[in-house]
Amino acid sequence: MISIRNVSKHYGQFQVLTDCSTEIKKGEVIVICGPSGSGKSTLIKCVNGLEPFQQGEIIVKDISVGDPKTNLSKLRAHVGMVFQNFELFPHMSIIDNLCIAQTQVLGRSREEAVTRGLKLLERVGLSIQADKFPGQLSGGQQQRVAIARALAMDPICMLFDEPTSALDPEMVNEVLDVMIGLAQEGMTMMVVTHEMGFARKVANRVIFMDQGRIIEDAPKEDFFSTPRSERAQQFLSKILQH
Amino acid sequence: MYEFDWSSIPGALPFLWSGMMLTLKITVVAVSVGIIWGTLLALMRMSGIKPLSLFAASYVNLFRSIPLVLVLLWFFLLVPSLLSNFFNIPRSSDTRLVSAMVAFALFEAAFYAEIIRSGIRSIPKSQVAASLALGMTYAQAMRLVILPQAFRNMVPLLLTQGIILFQDTSLVYVSALADFFGTAYKVGDRDGRLVELLLFSGAVYFIICFSASLLVKHFQKKRVS
Repeated sequence: MISIRNVSKHYGQFQVLTDCSTEIKKGEVIVICGPSGSGKSTLIKCVNGLEPFQQGEIIVKDISVGDPKTNLSKLRAHVGMVFQNFELFPHMSIIDNLCIAQTQVLGRSREEAVTRGLKLLERVGLSIQADKFPGQLSGGQQQRVAIARALAMDPICMLFDEPTSALDPEMVNEVLDVMIGLAQEGMTMMVVTHEMGFARKVANRVIFMDQGRIIEDAPKEDFFSTPRSERAQQFLSKILQH
Repeated sequence: MYEFDWSSIPGALPFLWSGMMLTLKITVVAVSVGIIWGTLLALMRMSGIKPLSLFAASYVNLFRSIPLVLVLLWFFLLVPSLLSNFFNIPRSSDTRLVSAMVAFALFEAAFYAEIIRSGIRSIPKSQVAASLALGMTYAQAMRLVILPQAFRNMVPLLLTQGIILFQDTSLVYVSALADFFGTAYKVGDRDGRLVELLLFSGAVYFIICFSASLLVKHFQKKRVS
């Protein structure tokens, strides 16, 4: 579904990604973790072309992301992305947030879009909030709406960029529950997160990044029981201490 | 001691009224065209396409560095001869109103462009990223997500600029157009009551502009709460 092959990226002199390669099969859930500044968010943003890269290639369902001839908008319409800070559109009601790209990008009728939107709102447990505005919702609720908004486009895979990092602790689980549900339904997911509980529960593989490199790319059992690299061991012991 | 005599005002009210209509006409046209053209200029300047952004930046800097009266005079003198050259309109036809509108619109667009540019910049870039991630084109992201939010934040500034423009329209006196101020001046001159008429027109400008700015403040407060 997604192949990342020898991807490197730099901002001027500064190397952000160095020779990153991995393969994600349909239905796989990949958790990417690593210290801040390790390039994990950048890597995930390369997958839908939000961040350009200079070397290597990324193929999403037979489409080359780095190819200048690729219609990125068309590709992105089917690759869902969830951001750390939700990024709902504050000037639109919740239901309009869910409908805008459906009608403007996919060309669905308003009725069709609303029906689909309400169904997804129900799924994330927020159908009664449909006519409210993002500012009236809690962070956890906003992030669930953001997930529903991405799902409304019927994505072939979903990218999550630290979806729970901006949330108050008591709201983390309501978002993770939605994501776990998605994973169990067979959605292909790349998730940048430090929530190791989530990784243990649903991840197939864990990728550990440091200084722009993929240091470890292992099935989750191996990653948690016997991380090979010293850097990953240190990282794990630090975040699992609490 | 000067003795005030206001008696010439009641009879002049119909003229003053039609003068005010002309003033409002120029203001409304200049504000609407100025905002549209200003938005385009702001987008050009932020586009990252070198020739476009250079053009927009030069345009804005040029108009912001030239006195408005001068721009008005240019247009009063230039537009008629341009029109007659390009469209075969006789030189004698009255194009003063059109030239005034064009001049104000072009001039104000430079100021609106800067207001709008700062408005667009006040919207986090991540909102563009989120729009693109949903498959929108850059143009769709601007039109559907960024500009509506930016304009919301800018309403008070845009209105305030409109109030300034409303006062500045009095400068059309250089072309003897019968706007509100021009009419007041003419009536005062005719009746030998210039002081009264100028005081009167000043009071009218003050009342309109002051109440308009109170209204803007009221809206601003409402938005914050």
